[in-house]
Amino acid sequence: MSTIIIDNTFEDPFRRAPLVLGHDNFTSVTEEICYVNEAPRPPKAWYVAFFISSALATFLVVLIGYLFVAGVGVWGNQNPVMWGFPIVNFVFWVGIGHAGTLISAILFLFRQRWRTGINRFAEAMTIFAVICAGMFPGIHIGRVWLAYWLFPIPNQMEMWPQFRSPLLWDVFAVGTYFTVSLLFWYTGMIPDLATLRDRANTKLKAMSYGILALGWRGSNRHWHRYERAYLLLAALATPLVLSVHSVVSFDFAVSQVPGWHTTIFPPYFVTGAIFSGFAMVMTLAIPARELWGLKNFITMRHLENMTKVILLTGTIVGFAYSMEFFIAWYSGSLYEKFAFINRAFGQYSWAYWIMVSCNVLTPQIFWFKKARSSIPIMFVASLLVNVGMWFERFVIVITSLSQDYLPSSWGYFTPTWVDIWMLIGSFGLFMTLFLLFIRFLPVIAIAEVKGVMPQAHVGHGHDHHLEDEQ
Amino acid sequence: MSQVPVMPTTQAPPPDEFETVPSGKIYGLMAEFDTPGALMIAAERVRDAGYRWWDCHTPFAVHGLDKAMGIKPTILPILVFVCGLAGATMGTVLQWFTNSSSFDLWSGLPGIMVRGYEFFISGKPASSFPTWIPVIFELTILFAALSAVGLMLLFNGLPRLYHPCFKSKNFARATDDRFFLVIEARDPKFVRSKAEAFLGSLDPLSIEALED
Repeated sequence: MSTIIIDNTFEDPFRRAPLVLGHDNFTSVTEEICYVNEAPRPPKAWYVAFFISSALATFLVVLIGYLFVAGVGVWGNQNPVMWGFPIVNFVFWVGIGHAGTLISAILFLFRQRWRTGINRFAEAMTIFAVICAGMFPGIHIGRVWLAYWLFPIPNQMEMWPQFRSPLLWDVFAVGTYFTVSLLFWYTGMIPDLATLRDRANTKLKAMSYGILALGWRGSNRHWHRYERAYLLLAALATPLVLSVHSVVSFDFAVSQVPGWHTTIFPPYFVTGAIFSGFAMVMTLAIPARELWGLKNFITMRHLENMTKVILLTGTIVGFAYSMEFFIAWYSGSLYEKFAFINRAFGQYSWAYWIMVSCNVLTPQIFWFKKARSSIPIMFVASLLVNVGMWFERFVIVITSLSQDYLPSSWGYFTPTWVDIWMLIGSFGLFMTLFLLFIRFLPVIAIAEVKGVMPQAHVGHGHDHHLEDEQ
Repeated sequence: MSQVPVMPTTQAPPPDEFETVPSGKIYGLMAEFDTPGALMIAAERVRDAGYRWWDCHTPFAVHGLDKAMGIKPTILPILVFVCGLAGATMGTVLQWFTNSSSFDLWSGLPGIMVRGYEFFISGKPASSFPTWIPVIFELTILFAALSAVGLMLLFNGLPRLYHPCFKSKNFARATDDRFFLVIEARDPKFVRSKAEAFLGSLDPLSIEALED
């Protein structure tokens, strides 16, 4: 019973696979997770990564300044492709931001307790991805000093936003999503911040964690309301996460542009978002667990579960691609048919086939147990999926806009150097925030992980022996 | 942890074994346990002894402890539902007022009228409920989520950065690996010597008096 298990990838219906490896008491769990924050110095790789990503993030800020001074002409956005990179990046980052809430909310409601190892990561990733996402439409509006026109604030023109426009729905959807994800993340973190507060060895740490922990003292009367509030948040976030990318897809689907005006868009976008989000969680979790020795909490079983989600959602995305083609043919609409043939064989076919090979073919290797248990394969596959999902948005936005109804207004979109460096810079911003998070905040939900250990369960009645738990 | 301690053999240890606050008012008595199982049994005993002002402090939510402590379900969900409805109403009224009414509203600022602007576009009706649904939905969720967290903190009396419990050095482990039970001095049944003996009978690792 007290044997420490180090492999949990077995499939035995009579034995519950343990979710925490190598630990048989709470003390060592606290020690090991807090070490990420308490180590005198982070690993060398952290400094290297932080230097690169913060340099890129700084460059992004410079470029935004340049954009504000020079105007949106610094981008490749041109008639007829007015949306260009900013909107591609927006949809890409919002999509990435979906796995966090999916893991925290939907897996929580389905009592998938393996989520505890990765949920904090994924939630943090969501927040930072939504920050990157929100930035792009914000700067894409051109006259940034008028950004308040997005909100229903009484203004000097006595005009209001147009609530029948999906672009405005987007403001509300993404705004709500960011707020609720932040609440979810922070609420989940309160008990762990209290743990860091109580272990703090300097006055500064004690005060900062103390303020962030809001004076949490683990009272069971508090836990009672806390758990209830957390459950409610999960129940609210579940429809929310499905609605957000649906609303993003309405930006396209509600318009009349061939290739956009399809009813499949909401479910197709949501699945794609989950797909890319899980891939990003994997891309981040694999190096993090190596560098900080979190292999006991983000176990092989967690990674394997994620590969399965990626396989499933990748296959659904592939199905959606083929359904788009089927409907384009079946609808009998000339423009619709052209839009899709043009996607696959037209001037952007290179982007289309990058998308298909990364999103549809790559995840298929996860049918094999060997691929599901090989870290290098997983890592490469997750990177390819990220690339593929960026190209999916590129294909959707650019191909449809560049060649719609009127051949005389067709064009070819070419990004400028500003476009490309802003995309790279947004990765810098994302990674900077993420690296700071790893260093200063609890990376794994300590309290929740303890709660899924067999030692946390008091047996039925007063018979609190643990035989029936393992 | 190979074996969780079984039912304690009830025997009150001599009082001098405990750290005590020499004089003055105390906040309460705190007993320390090392497993959720031991705490659960203790909680049931304290509940059955009829104490009202007492609490357990645990590093994670211990399943079943609510029942052992006799905590009544919170009304939080009902209030969150009401706030969600308020969000839905807000969404409906906001969109109707701004886009499909010419209603005048005094903003409270001198010289400024806030009025609706009937907005006709593409021959669509000014007041079309289906197009309002996304914003109504988002505001429902937003209001409900904010109230769920806000009311949870309010009912819990948080943020409260100071608490007598924090004076105890041992208590730092309440967020790590130890399980505490505190009986407050304001409880009508609280008599220090009796409570101390009672807690001692629950077989804790230690008992400590908390200064107020």
